[in-house]
Amino acid sequence: MKIDHSVPKEYATEENRLKIFGFWIFIGAEVALFGTLFATYLTLVGHTATGPTGSEIFEIGPVLIETFVLLTSSFLIGLSVHAMRLGNKKAMLTFLGLTLLLGLTFLGVEIYEFTTYVHEGAGLQTSAFTAALLTLLGTHGAHVTLGLFWGLAIIIQVSKRGITPETANKSFIFSLYWHFLDVIWIFIFSFVYLKGLM
Amino acid sequence: MKEYFSRFAIENADDPMIIGAQISIALVTIGIIVGLTYFKKWGYLWRTWLTTVDHKKIGIMYILAALLMLFRGGVDALLMRAQTAIPDNGLLDAQHYNEIFTTHGVIMILFMAMPFIIGLMNVVIPLQIGARDVAFPRLNAVSFWLFFIGAMLFNISFVIGGSPDAGWTAYFPLASNDYSHTVGMNYYAIAIQIAGIGTLMTGINFITTIMKMRAPGMTLMKMPMFTWSILITNLIIVFAFPVLTIALALMTMDRLFGTHFFSIDSGGMDMLWANLFWIWGHPEVYIVILPAFGIFSEIITTFAQRNLYGYKSMVFSMVAISALSFVVWTHHFYTMGHGVVVNGFFSITTMAIAVPTGVKIFNWLLTLWKGKIHFTVPMLYAMGFIPIFVIGGVTGVMLAMASADYQYHNTMFLVAHFHYVLIPGTVFGVLAGFTFWWPKIFGFSLSERIGKWAFWFIAISFNVTFFPLFISGLSGQARRMYTYSENAGFTIYNMISFVGALGLAFGFLLIVYNIYWSTRYAKRHLTEDPWNGRSLEWATHSPVPEYNFAIIPQVDSTEAFWDQKEHGKALFKGNIEPIHMPNNSGQPFIMSAIFFVFGFAMVFSMWIVAIISAIGIFACMWYRSFENDHGHYIPVEEIEATERKSGVIANED
Amino acid sequence: MRKKWFLSLLVVLLIPMLSGCNVLVLNPQGPHAETQANVIKISIITMAFILLVVYSLFIFMLTKYRASKQDPNYKPPHIEGSKVLETIWIMIPVLIVAFLSILTVRSTSDVEATPKSMQDEKPLIIYASSSNWKWHFSYPEENIETVNYVNIPAKRPVEFKLYSFNTMTSFWVPQLAGQKYAMANMVNTLHMAADNPGSYFGRNANFNGKGFANMDFEVQAMTAKEYDKWVSEVKSTAKPITKPEFDKLLKDSHVGLKTYTGTHLEFDPAPTSHQHSGGQDEPEDMEGHEGHDMSKMEHDKK
Repeated sequence: MKIDHSVPKEYATEENRLKIFGFWIFIGAEVALFGTLFATYLTLVGHTATGPTGSEIFEIGPVLIETFVLLTSSFLIGLSVHAMRLGNKKAMLTFLGLTLLLGLTFLGVEIYEFTTYVHEGAGLQTSAFTAALLTLLGTHGAHVTLGLFWGLAIIIQVSKRGITPETANKSFIFSLYWHFLDVIWIFIFSFVYLKGLM
Repeated sequence: MKEYFSRFAIENADDPMIIGAQISIALVTIGIIVGLTYFKKWGYLWRTWLTTVDHKKIGIMYILAALLMLFRGGVDALLMRAQTAIPDNGLLDAQHYNEIFTTHGVIMILFMAMPFIIGLMNVVIPLQIGARDVAFPRLNAVSFWLFFIGAMLFNISFVIGGSPDAGWTAYFPLASNDYSHTVGMNYYAIAIQIAGIGTLMTGINFITTIMKMRAPGMTLMKMPMFTWSILITNLIIVFAFPVLTIALALMTMDRLFGTHFFSIDSGGMDMLWANLFWIWGHPEVYIVILPAFGIFSEIITTFAQRNLYGYKSMVFSMVAISALSFVVWTHHFYTMGHGVVVNGFFSITTMAIAVPTGVKIFNWLLTLWKGKIHFTVPMLYAMGFIPIFVIGGVTGVMLAMASADYQYHNTMFLVAHFHYVLIPGTVFGVLAGFTFWWPKIFGFSLSERIGKWAFWFIAISFNVTFFPLFISGLSGQARRMYTYSENAGFTIYNMISFVGALGLAFGFLLIVYNIYWSTRYAKRHLTEDPWNGRSLEWATHSPVPEYNFAIIPQVDSTEAFWDQKEHGKALFKGNIEPIHMPNNSGQPFIMSAIFFVFGFAMVFSMWIVAIISAIGIFACMWYRSFENDHGHYIPVEEIEATERKSGVIANED
Repeated sequence: MRKKWFLSLLVVLLIPMLSGCNVLVLNPQGPHAETQANVIKISIITMAFILLVVYSLFIFMLTKYRASKQDPNYKPPHIEGSKVLETIWIMIPVLIVAFLSILTVRSTSDVEATPKSMQDEKPLIIYASSSNWKWHFSYPEENIETVNYVNIPAKRPVEFKLYSFNTMTSFWVPQLAGQKYAMANMVNTLHMAADNPGSYFGRNANFNGKGFANMDFEVQAMTAKEYDKWVSEVKSTAKPITKPEFDKLLKDSHVGLKTYTGTHLEFDPAPTSHQHSGGQDEPEDMEGHEGHDMSKMEHDKK
């Protein structure tokens, strides 16, 4: 395998470059996926039947916590990749670990949010609106959950094998994924919560 | 207990056809297992096929599966035409007929056309661009096996639980639990979902391959036209399939978890399903036609011995078609009550697609100009395509006009239109491509004589089958009607159509016979360039060695191989070096087998099994993440030996 | 030679069409169907012209440039393309599409409104609602209801208000107008008129399950006098439609022809708007559903 030392490790082999390119295309597909979920949500947002509306159930507190936690975790993973580029394995793993910890916190708050909704009578089967809401949020949350496991696998591999072109490539791609989830959250925050509370 | 197991039974289990199918499936399965054991071929099957990551073998498996599905979908078609040949026919009852047209549609589009195209894509693209494999060979295998078990899951519905019966378009509320209470529509939602994941991965794989792995010197505007068509097709796949993923997921939730996305109560919106389905569905039909256009470009240039006329326009027209394909979906349901503005807009965008398509037809015709036309079997399909497909195209423009569509919609006129684009387009295209590239893969050609008979039977019978349906549609015959009365006046059209269908069946049987006959009698290894080809795939040996090219070719024109032959421009310069190839792996097959269990469990709401198998799938992914497999190198001596055996040393100028 | 086969085949198959047997869509009996038939005929002619151009070019190329007709040593030239030709075969189709687009928007606008020739007549409103697998026709003006057949006065615009009790259906009377979907939760309007008295075939054109193939109905157009006579006959002889009777109708798959006084709209009104806010009954078991007003919010799902 030819290693190009003039570029960051994650780009250093041909296979690495192919994987990063392929992942960007995957993100394109994910844009279409979440786009469809948003379109479904915006179509059904008024279809509340006998159930509650968004303004009746959304609470700005947990939402702000979720937003702050997720955005910070995105910043931290940026620091992790930066540390990786400097070859600092310890810093990289620390920041990555903190990222995942914040991700876990996000999930915790979101689970609290969902259980509250269900208790308030806004369950998955209540109305088209609640179904669309919980599916959009839930799909994002499932992506975060998958990310936690993926990130954990990377932490284990980096701590065992060090920062190699392979592990650097995986970490970088993971960071792309994590940033993407953050961008989706910004749209959710704007078009679901803010719009619903206005 | 009995009630639990009764879900797996079919509703009319004493139907001879169902019993016959169950027995045949059992016998064939036993036959395969016994045969493999007796001939001690399990090892061979596992090593060579089930664990392969080689694009050529994966392509062959896709095409084999597609041919099997063509048979099943074809039998469905024949049964339908037989049932409707005479009024008030009792061959099939309504339920049975409804299941048959539903499975016919799903199978032909998703389990025949798609895998056939993806199979040809797999076999040809790396060769055409001078690469050794696709960008992600392991992912490629996953794509195939997910498709395969999706197809198996769908097919098993016929004997366990009941086939889907709400049409391939599965409109709500008909497709909801309230009106389709067998598990049939669960099979629909889940089997297609699983196969669709495989297709999405193919999209990512081939875009990366084409964008990043072309031979040196092959700029985008020097790629063969088939490669262009595949690049654009995969771009459509990447943006259209996620819409289907969500639509099917929401359908699954409505059917299995009691949600109200598409229901008619609690705020659900049945129209939303129609919109989501067709936002995917229209790009999907362009996914199946653009590769056919690419194949015809290759075939017409080869057998007219001319370069493709208007290369740039051919590229831009496909880009235009693919872009427009995303903004026309509403024409599938003009009659939903949108009003003049919306219908007007979509009429215009739909008709607009005719313009770039027309550009292509004219460019193909001008490619024949001053050419030297040889009517080989692939060329016959290409020449049959032009006049017959154009009928499909112009009837498409007719349908695009909303006011007129209020009469054509959901009638046999529509059925005739889409068969007039799908069969002369997609089916002729894949049959032509199959015949064209067969000798490259297998080292011998299919019989031209049998092939020609097959073509003529198919081409003529096709028109006999479908042209009368334009008229019966205008006479008031709606689609999906299992029967009609004598005084409706449709009889003559349906009877003629049935006769045509028999001819079509015979033509397809001739193709199967051709494969058998040629495998048995055709002369082997006559030449690596049987058609006097123009692009890089013909610059390899037949059959193609594992590594494709001993030396990666260097290209500087659109028809690199032709230029080597005609103008002596050398393709392979330099020395042979060790070649890096990926290792086989059993993971794609195993993970897909777990997906099958997961899918089956979901269909029957067996939650515990579903959860366990889902964990199994994630476990496979976890294992893969930790895997340290870096492939292997083929040493120079081995490459040189292979090249010598094939008769040509690679670095010959 | 090959192509002669295709062409002669097409002609042979066109003969039944030329003889005009029962091709309902091309035999319009109402102003909207006539608009549509004209659009269809114009588009057929336009498309035939396109086919002529393509086929002529095709036959020319195949006959002139076949290998068998040429010198075995002939080497075809490299011809890159022609900007002029490309422009021509882009611009002419664009013009054709523009022409057809204008035709489409105009004709669509025409058929989605009261027919121009009957502008000063007051449209008759009839609700056509579908359930599996029958059509209920409610005449609010006359206060009568029929099942699986509908009578209308000829030479008068009719507005069918379409909706469904469950599956999506499509209301289609080919000789009088195009079709339109009848769906739960919203009402679609289909404009139609018959030029002359007569019997016209109608059916559901959107597949909706087992009983779909038999979901047809007869439209009888009558003179104004005959129509009024029929309405008074119904009023004096038919039974009133009651809720239990209607619920039974909804449940049964095939009920034949029925006639009633009163309409079901009194106890089961049509959907008010597209954004349905109230709950609705379980579709398959309708027994015991108290009359509900769809605009009310409280409703218990079973």
